[in-house]
Amino acid sequence: MFDIVSFIPRAVVQGIPLLLGSTGETLTEKSGNLNLGIPGIMYVGGISGVIGSFYYEAGKTAQDMNTALTILIPLGCCLLGSLLMGLLYCFLTVTLRANQNVTGLALTTFGVGFGNFFGGSLIKLSGSSLPSIIMTNTSNVFRRTLPFASKAGVFGKLFLNYGFLAYAAVAIALAAAYVLNHTRTGLHLRAVGESPTTADAAGINVSRYKYAATCIGAMIAGLGGLYYVMDYACGVWTNDAFGDRGWLAIALVIFTIWRPNVGVLASFLFGGLYILHMYIPSGMNLAVKELYKMAPYVVTIIVLVLSSMRNKRENQPPASLGLAYFREER
Amino acid sequence: MDNKIAAVTMRNITKRFGPTLANDKVWLNIYRGEILALLGENGSGKTTLMNMLSGIYFPDEGEIAIDGKPVVIRSPKDAFALGIGMIHQHFKLVDVLTAAENIVLGLPGKLDLKAASKKIKEICDTYGFEVDPDQKIYDMSVSQKQTVEIVKVLYRGADILILDEPTAVLTPQETDKLFAVLRNMRDDGKAIVIITHKMHEVESLSDRVAILRHGQFIGDMPTKTTNAQEMTNMMVGHPVTLNIDRPEPVDPHPRIEVKDLTVRDIEGTVKLDHVSFTANSGEILGIAGISGSGQKELLEAIAGLQPVESGSIEYVDDSGKREQLIGKDPFAIQEMGVALSFVPEDRLGMGLVANMDLGNNMMLRSYRKGRGVFTNRKAPYKLAHQMVDFLEISTPSVETPVRRLSGGNVQKVLVGREIANAPSVLLTAYAVRGLDINSSYLIYDTINSQKMRGVAVIYVGEDLDVLLELSDRILVLCGGRVSGIVPGRGAKKREVGMMMTKLGGEADE
Amino acid sequence: MNNKTKTPLFHVSRRAALPWYKTWAIRGAALLLALVLSGIITSLVTGEDPFAVYGAIWKGSFGTTRKFWVLMQNIAMLLCVSLAVTPAFRMRCWNLGAEGQALIGGLASAACMITLADKLPNWAVILCMIVTSLLAGAIWAGIPAFFKARFNTNETLFTLMMNYVATQLVAYYCVVWESPKGSGTIGIINPKTQIGWLPQFPSQKYLMNVVVVAVVCVLVYIYLNYSKHGYEIAVVGESERTARYVGIKVEKVIIRTMLLSGAICGLAGLLLVGSTNHTLTTTIVDGRGFTAVMVSWLAKFNPIWMILTSFLLVILGRGAGEIATKFGLNRSFGDILTGIILFCIIGSEFFINYEIKLTRGAGKEG
Repeated sequence: MFDIVSFIPRAVVQGIPLLLGSTGETLTEKSGNLNLGIPGIMYVGGISGVIGSFYYEAGKTAQDMNTALTILIPLGCCLLGSLLMGLLYCFLTVTLRANQNVTGLALTTFGVGFGNFFGGSLIKLSGSSLPSIIMTNTSNVFRRTLPFASKAGVFGKLFLNYGFLAYAAVAIALAAAYVLNHTRTGLHLRAVGESPTTADAAGINVSRYKYAATCIGAMIAGLGGLYYVMDYACGVWTNDAFGDRGWLAIALVIFTIWRPNVGVLASFLFGGLYILHMYIPSGMNLAVKELYKMAPYVVTIIVLVLSSMRNKRENQPPASLGLAYFREER
Repeated sequence: MDNKIAAVTMRNITKRFGPTLANDKVWLNIYRGEILALLGENGSGKTTLMNMLSGIYFPDEGEIAIDGKPVVIRSPKDAFALGIGMIHQHFKLVDVLTAAENIVLGLPGKLDLKAASKKIKEICDTYGFEVDPDQKIYDMSVSQKQTVEIVKVLYRGADILILDEPTAVLTPQETDKLFAVLRNMRDDGKAIVIITHKMHEVESLSDRVAILRHGQFIGDMPTKTTNAQEMTNMMVGHPVTLNIDRPEPVDPHPRIEVKDLTVRDIEGTVKLDHVSFTANSGEILGIAGISGSGQKELLEAIAGLQPVESGSIEYVDDSGKREQLIGKDPFAIQEMGVALSFVPEDRLGMGLVANMDLGNNMMLRSYRKGRGVFTNRKAPYKLAHQMVDFLEISTPSVETPVRRLSGGNVQKVLVGREIANAPSVLLTAYAVRGLDINSSYLIYDTINSQKMRGVAVIYVGEDLDVLLELSDRILVLCGGRVSGIVPGRGAKKREVGMMMTKLGGEADE
Repeated sequence: MNNKTKTPLFHVSRRAALPWYKTWAIRGAALLLALVLSGIITSLVTGEDPFAVYGAIWKGSFGTTRKFWVLMQNIAMLLCVSLAVTPAFRMRCWNLGAEGQALIGGLASAACMITLADKLPNWAVILCMIVTSLLAGAIWAGIPAFFKARFNTNETLFTLMMNYVATQLVAYYCVVWESPKGSGTIGIINPKTQIGWLPQFPSQKYLMNVVVVAVVCVLVYIYLNYSKHGYEIAVVGESERTARYVGIKVEKVIIRTMLLSGAICGLAGLLLVGSTNHTLTTTIVDGRGFTAVMVSWLAKFNPIWMILTSFLLVILGRGAGEIATKFGLNRSFGDILTGIILFCIIGSEFFINYEIKLTRGAGKEG
């Protein structure tokens, strides 16, 4: 029997990291930067938060810990780590006009390496024999739900049963959509991504917008990594556990045709597809489950193909996506 | 006028692009209540100079003062703040945004498109423009886009307006309308600069003319005190005769016969509507028309680059044998033994590969020659050497990427390659656009010598004066239809100009 | 308005071409900077003298004959995938799907080895492996190529997604063919009969791969630089409109080139499964599909220079692995070093293409 009430919340928690990642990447791509470093940035966001809370939590009991600091320290570390990654990407691609694909892939190599390296070294530092880092206390704070959520029945289970970052993710996505479509900043950002020459001639500081969008995008994506460790994984860092979710987030950007508000539901759909294999009765055939995991990617490919076939101007990637801008290019 | 403080003073402005000196110690004054024509040949540095005023480029040396106060213009934003607005030749508009969104782009404050639309309406009413604020740019015609550009500048309250070759894309009627608006603005006390190389625009519109040559400031004077010949001499640097040879055609007979040719673009708009004509060997058939009247589609259809909806294009060889060209790509046409050469409008984007050297570009037409899987690399380089000598192409070597060459030399490479395989049909689109006068004459001579060889030349031009002097017959296109075919000798400019706009007539309404 | 503060401090403009020795001097300087940076970071983490660290890298790569040959094998495989993506890159078609194309090639090989082992003689199995793996890789690249040619579908994103489809497909077959039952892995295929194991030089297990890839390298170099196809690829890459103008069928060139690209990836998969590992896992390509992008780009898409750049990246990876073991660090340390070096070299390209001049305004302030 397909248990929809237990399926949806699990799809949602799977979807939240993807939502954060794709909102960040959408903002970035709207500025014309194709940041393939997002998977790396999400690793760095996650591990930076882990490092922060690791040192804060070390040697303390749950009673010793200040709730505000328990949240703020990993949050701050996560944002700082992802911001630095975003800055590095911008410095190379905007200031030094390097190839975006190559820079992004290098950033992912670096970021994943960074995450796994410190993930490994922290275990050594703590002297623990466990294969992973566990921050139960911090995680408990991140996973705290509204007190009445458990009393609200099915409604509570479906809508109230999440940590605060999940709600923040939805709010960020909706805010990003609003900013993009209804504010002057958003208009300028879209202009930069579509035609930097035009934006420049209109007096918009192209580099500043690219930097700002990419760095903010990186920080939002970094939060996805943090949510994954602290909430979804219950504060347990395991090397490579985050897996290919970063690429899935990039897929989600295409799937939503660069619309963060659509991303809210689409991310839950992707989350659902990601765990669908656990809910579909496949009997003893474990192999088929692997095929179900293909679903999000196949769906993305279909959307990519369909949107290019329909060839509607509004549904295309930002026109200058992937290209460096140099004002004095002749 | 001498006592007036100049709205803009540019002193000693120098700008380099890599090794090229685009502006060399230029001095220029711009006054309010005056229309200044900035005149110069292509590549003389007019646009570069104005781009420094509008903040697109930053000068390497020199100073700029507004109303006598020294200023630094580091970005277009600085320029707007100083009341400087520039309408670029290549429109700076974002295609997927609406007119209103484009117009308010870059302004500070809260985004209120309703208020913006209202203000746009007001500006339009004042000057008699028509703009739908909610229309997307990609749905607009060229002249609509230009209107949006002008409204954009006025919306910002600019009182120093720079227009870079604004009439290139307009019909004569639209041009007249634009000039009327510009005169109104001048009478309002605005300072207006119009960049142009068209002598009659200088004479009919401007109060003062300033002339640049090879990046240097040559001189300025009130328009009343000078004449076309003097200005041309100053532009070119030595006296020139403005006459183009037109030898009599020798034994013309039909070479290309086009019948009822209809072409639609991807969006389904009719670009050519039942076009019929014959191009003769040993003749230059000039194609006149407002830009975008189907010239590009016509040439590309003959060259096998444009899908055709209906009609026929037949090639007639010397023995009278006919071959249908429709449905064949350029390679297939070449395979049929039809020596068809095509000098397209977009030289570096279509005719040549900008990043490849001269030799490799020569190879574009010949790389398939010979059996086997490998290319013959010696022959094209030999050809490149011959071209450099024959057409006096100035280049460091045949291994230089063509993008490093100047516009005139790029065109010589392209034309050289296209006439190298002894064509029987030569299609040229805007063959002298962007070229200095000496290069232009070399191209006219080359085209004439092809004509004398018995080649059927189809010459698409934008400068009516040149078309009238060069062509044996002139086909006038209007909105994708043939408005008429007139003999080149004795044709009147007014008459041809009328034919360009009469048929179809959408532009008028 | 204060003039001095508003004048830009420096001015950037595009350079005319630099002589080749200067460009390589700049790249060399970037590499040196990267090595110094990595040295400092490594010292900070390990507390060791950086020279000892580089000594360890050297030893880790060349210490023993075995290590040397493992190194050679790794370079060969990375080079093979890099050669595969290069024709597509020359066409400005960003094939980021080499990972999946190689994987699917490996899957095809493994399928032949497993299912045909008791039906066909060894030579026939090997022949089937070669044909099917090249074909599988080509098809995997051909699908995005078809849509790129037909509808201009973004190939960067499409090929990227295809990687994960391939991974899941392999994961599926890993369970289907698991051995022993319940392990979820395939294990060494045909360990006793050695059916489908590619022939080896008697002296060296890995020499075969190195030789094959060396031959491919020369062939790709000749193909790209001297053949008519290579010329068409270059023209399409530079300008599709020019290509159409001279009658090159752009769609055909895109699909043909991507098929070639995918087929070479399939070859890499074949070598990995049939020659190196004799098994199949989802991680058998080991990120080479992505590293290859950087190898190819760093070498400016020149197959001969790619020998050098893949050598560099492999040494770093293996050397860093060696440091990790020696100083008790996590092996991922290598990725961090690789990242740093890539950033330095990527950044250095700027100084090759552009020049920076201090403006007069800045001089006056002093």
